[in-house]
Amino acid sequence: MFGVLFERGFDGRTYLEWLLSGLGWTLALAVFGWCFAFAIGITVGVGRTVRNRFVRAVARLYVEVFRNIPVLVQMFVWYFVLPELLPPDIGNRIKQLPPPWGAFFPALICLSTYTGARVAEQVRTGIEALPAGQREAAAALGLNGVKIYRLVLVPQALRLIIPSLTSEVMGIYKNTSVALTIGLLELTAQARQISEETFQTFAAFGAATLIYLGLALAAYRLMSWLDEAFRIPGMTHDRIRRIRLRRPARESTP
Amino acid sequence: MNGLDFGIVYESLPYLMQGLRFSLLLTVCAFATGMALGIGLALVQHLEIPVAAQLARGYVALIRSVPLILVLFWFFFLVPLVVGALVNGGRPVPIGGVWTAFITFSMFEAAYYSEIIRVGLRSLGRGQYEAAKALSLSTYKTYRYVILPQVVRIASPIILSQTIILFQDTSLVYVLSLTDLVGAASKIAQLNGRLVEMYLTVAAIYLAICCAASQLVAWLRRSHQAAINR
Repeated sequence: MFGVLFERGFDGRTYLEWLLSGLGWTLALAVFGWCFAFAIGITVGVGRTVRNRFVRAVARLYVEVFRNIPVLVQMFVWYFVLPELLPPDIGNRIKQLPPPWGAFFPALICLSTYTGARVAEQVRTGIEALPAGQREAAAALGLNGVKIYRLVLVPQALRLIIPSLTSEVMGIYKNTSVALTIGLLELTAQARQISEETFQTFAAFGAATLIYLGLALAAYRLMSWLDEAFRIPGMTHDRIRRIRLRRPARESTP
Repeated sequence: MNGLDFGIVYESLPYLMQGLRFSLLLTVCAFATGMALGIGLALVQHLEIPVAAQLARGYVALIRSVPLILVLFWFFFLVPLVVGALVNGGRPVPIGGVWTAFITFSMFEAAYYSEIIRVGLRSLGRGQYEAAKALSLSTYKTYRYVILPQVVRIASPIILSQTIILFQDTSLVYVLSLTDLVGAASKIAQLNGRLVEMYLTVAAIYLAICCAASQLVAWLRRSHQAAINR
């Protein structure tokens, strides 16, 4: 059934190589996008829980805007609209980026900011789920605002939300397929191209589906392993003691 | 680029609204069918019906790990074949993008709704099942009158958030070249070259609708919390 994948396309490469190059773009978008999204998510999520009203309002605005517009529309805004709104010389330089990069960067920004907004909501939920005593105890120890978050609240909140972050990880690699609408030849686009070239739709889509299934399984396994490795056992003194014990080791590793 | 001109948008507003109507119709239909199918999938798993439970589990896992666009492509290719095999003696029946979209979104969302319902079913106390049994209700009546009404109520904020995501996802019918809100905007943009104004307007329309809906979700969640605390 998958024999067609070993035939050669118009560019002399086998269709399997087409799929693998698509997989490469999908993975690049998902992995780098996740790194940025995670950083944005923590920053904005923390911003939603601080005392300063202005910071809270800005963080809320960010989340509402990026969460409530479909990924496809955001993709179009980054790709078609942004270069027009920037000063002409910068805009033209963006439009003249060579083929894959001209679509890759808007897609990367789009997925990072969209997923970042979703992660921010999870981080906020995690921080709010912590007992108030955590913040009060940290303040009583004389930690300043930044240190309260960096050393006490965020590390605990992140561990609490690992299970719900799993669905965001699954979300970002699935959303990479939206990048095909602005012409990035990622996995789904390559599968469609193979199906149009060879009329072997079943084999082309089947192979792509199997690869996506493999990715989902890998993401799921990775997240369960992380959840297991960083689980906070219990909600009592036991947990706090363990966090204290682990902290020096965590700080020594980059 | 010489200044923005939203007058163009105003002229094409009727066409955009027609697109929006299609997006909303697709959302409502996919919600209704998806919920019905999803409840079925969840119940089959909850009641541990042999074979069907495993099939349902596999279906949900498969659908949830594949991007919606790929599922749309699959259905666009498969549905004519399946319909042909069923009613046309094996010859494919061309059914067009609109029907493909309705079928795909219903079946795709069913997988997501079924997970929500399944988690809701597990969260309900054993006492509910035992009490229903003590009243000698049949399995059908237990679920119809006791279990499901409570589950749907508990899960309603999550169901509604999923429906907001569904509404946003309907924009992906763009890949089937249908005229939903985004499709309408991009068709006009191709005619008059006003990409910037059209896409910004579409973004604003989605933002307004989804913000209003997510306020509703927040309100639902608060009123549930109040009901639990009472």
